[in-house]
Amino acid sequence: MSLKKKNLLKKIKNFTLNFGPQHPAAHGVLRLVLELKGEIVERADPHIGLLHRGTEKLIEYKNYIQALPYFDRLDYVSMMAQEYTYCLAIEKITSCKVPLRGQYIRVIFAELTRILNHLLAVGCHAMDVGAMTPFLWAFEEREKLMEFYERASGARMHAAYFRPGGVAKDLPLKLLSDIFIFTNQFTTRLNEIEDMLTENRIWKQRLVDIGIVSVTDALNWGFSGVMLRGSGRNWDLRKTQPYDIYDKIEFNIPTGTNGDCFDRYLVRIEEMRESLKIIKFCLDNINKGLILTQDNKITPPDRVNMKSSMESLIHHYKINTQGLTILPNETFTASEAPKGEFAVHLISNKTNRPYRCKIKAPGFNHLQSLDFMVKGHMIADVVTIIGTQDIVFGEIDR
Amino acid sequence: MYNNQLLIESLKNLSRLLPLKSFSIYNNEISLYVKIDYLEYAMIFLKLNTFSQYKILSSITGVDYIYNKFRFEICYDLLSLTYNNRIKLKVYTDELTGVNSCEKIYSTANWYECEIWDLFGIFFKNHSNLKRILTDYGFLGNPLKKDFPLSGFIEVKYNENKKKIISEPLEFSQEYRTFNYLNPWD
Repeated sequence: MSLKKKNLLKKIKNFTLNFGPQHPAAHGVLRLVLELKGEIVERADPHIGLLHRGTEKLIEYKNYIQALPYFDRLDYVSMMAQEYTYCLAIEKITSCKVPLRGQYIRVIFAELTRILNHLLAVGCHAMDVGAMTPFLWAFEEREKLMEFYERASGARMHAAYFRPGGVAKDLPLKLLSDIFIFTNQFTTRLNEIEDMLTENRIWKQRLVDIGIVSVTDALNWGFSGVMLRGSGRNWDLRKTQPYDIYDKIEFNIPTGTNGDCFDRYLVRIEEMRESLKIIKFCLDNINKGLILTQDNKITPPDRVNMKSSMESLIHHYKINTQGLTILPNETFTASEAPKGEFAVHLISNKTNRPYRCKIKAPGFNHLQSLDFMVKGHMIADVVTIIGTQDIVFGEIDR
Repeated sequence: MYNNQLLIESLKNLSRLLPLKSFSIYNNEISLYVKIDYLEYAMIFLKLNTFSQYKILSSITGVDYIYNKFRFEICYDLLSLTYNNRIKLKVYTDELTGVNSCEKIYSTANWYECEIWDLFGIFFKNHSNLKRILTDYGFLGNPLKKDFPLSGFIEVKYNENKKKIISEPLEFSQEYRTFNYLNPWD
């Protein structure tokens, strides 16, 4: 008889769950196919590409300046950081110098962008885990910052403010004093958010010892930014490969010890405090002067000159029709975006269009390692880990 | 400031250790050119050697030089934290030759190689899961090649009569206009 007990034992397969593209905790369009054994995740397979807009192909058909707004729309929560990297790449291949006031303005807005990003990261992470209120407090602060964006550039989010050679327009009157007022009250707001979360028993239970990554693993998986610093390696491109005036500013780099989600959350809060320090230094030391380089082969001349001088008129015409022409050159320029190391690999031939512009997004490497980070954790921890990796699909899918 | 002479000397020494075809320096950034067969050796050397610990693979870039015999260039951008240095490792391949995957050396290479397979059509041997990641499910063609047009070949839209999404060959009422303002005398 074949009714022995071992013949009756059924084979159990893992339960496959589609953590679908439309999900409030999936941070955009992430299709995550989870193989579960009970509540524990055996394998996580992220499907990306649902927000692929063909940015790199489109950039190959546009001028260098026309390609600039694409960079705003890559990581749509920290807009100017991407523009910054692109402008640094073009300045490198054209060997163009940026005037000092332009550098100060860029650093101020880069740090405001860092605060914007970390507010969203911590706020949305908290909301995913279950704390609803810090999200609303964080977004109120973001509104104040977006008002600064709008006063400087005209647009609340996608500013297209940075240009190769400096910034597009000078700051309006009183913007710097309003930024100073913001920095004075922001510490209190940060303390409020920290009060709600850091000493909270539930927050700690949800975050401590979840998603631990050792330094070797982090290097192997290509982590950068907060993910690498949370694991203990104090690598920050603003200190090691400084650009603009970062080498003159004194600020610390917060580093974690344990490599878990809680450490990364604390690193983000501390980074916001350090950003405030940098902004205060820039506000104290900013000078009056030019904001855009006077090299008219790269930047358009101002309208007064354009209407009075013949060369300026010709340069204005050439730049607004043909665009910049850059000799054959190639560069890989990286900067410390709020999410990590955002890099642009720009190849120019002798025309007015980039031959190839590869965009390296920090979230790509982080999301890739999701399978590795999530093994052995439970479904709720998957949400925590996606939140701590600070995933934004604009930059991953491009 | 970098001293170019010193860089060139040290790279000449490096070419005695590694089978490099050539190297080039643009804006103080070093690029090493290797043949496909020696790619893995070059990467393992650059990753593990004490004097060049390029532990992080930042990105893998694919470039299509359409008029060359070996039309695709694959560029591995490496970063060394201990020496605070970046380097580019480049190989040239054509459409039909596959490249060895370096997933075992750097885990980051996993999705970057999937992306290059998806967007260029370069096959990576010994890869654990080479699939399309950025383009649509069931997409045909490799978008980032220079002979693939900007608007593509098919369009996907919702058909009211059939009440579902269909894909059909592209129809434009007006051709996409690119204005080539380049000066013929430059």
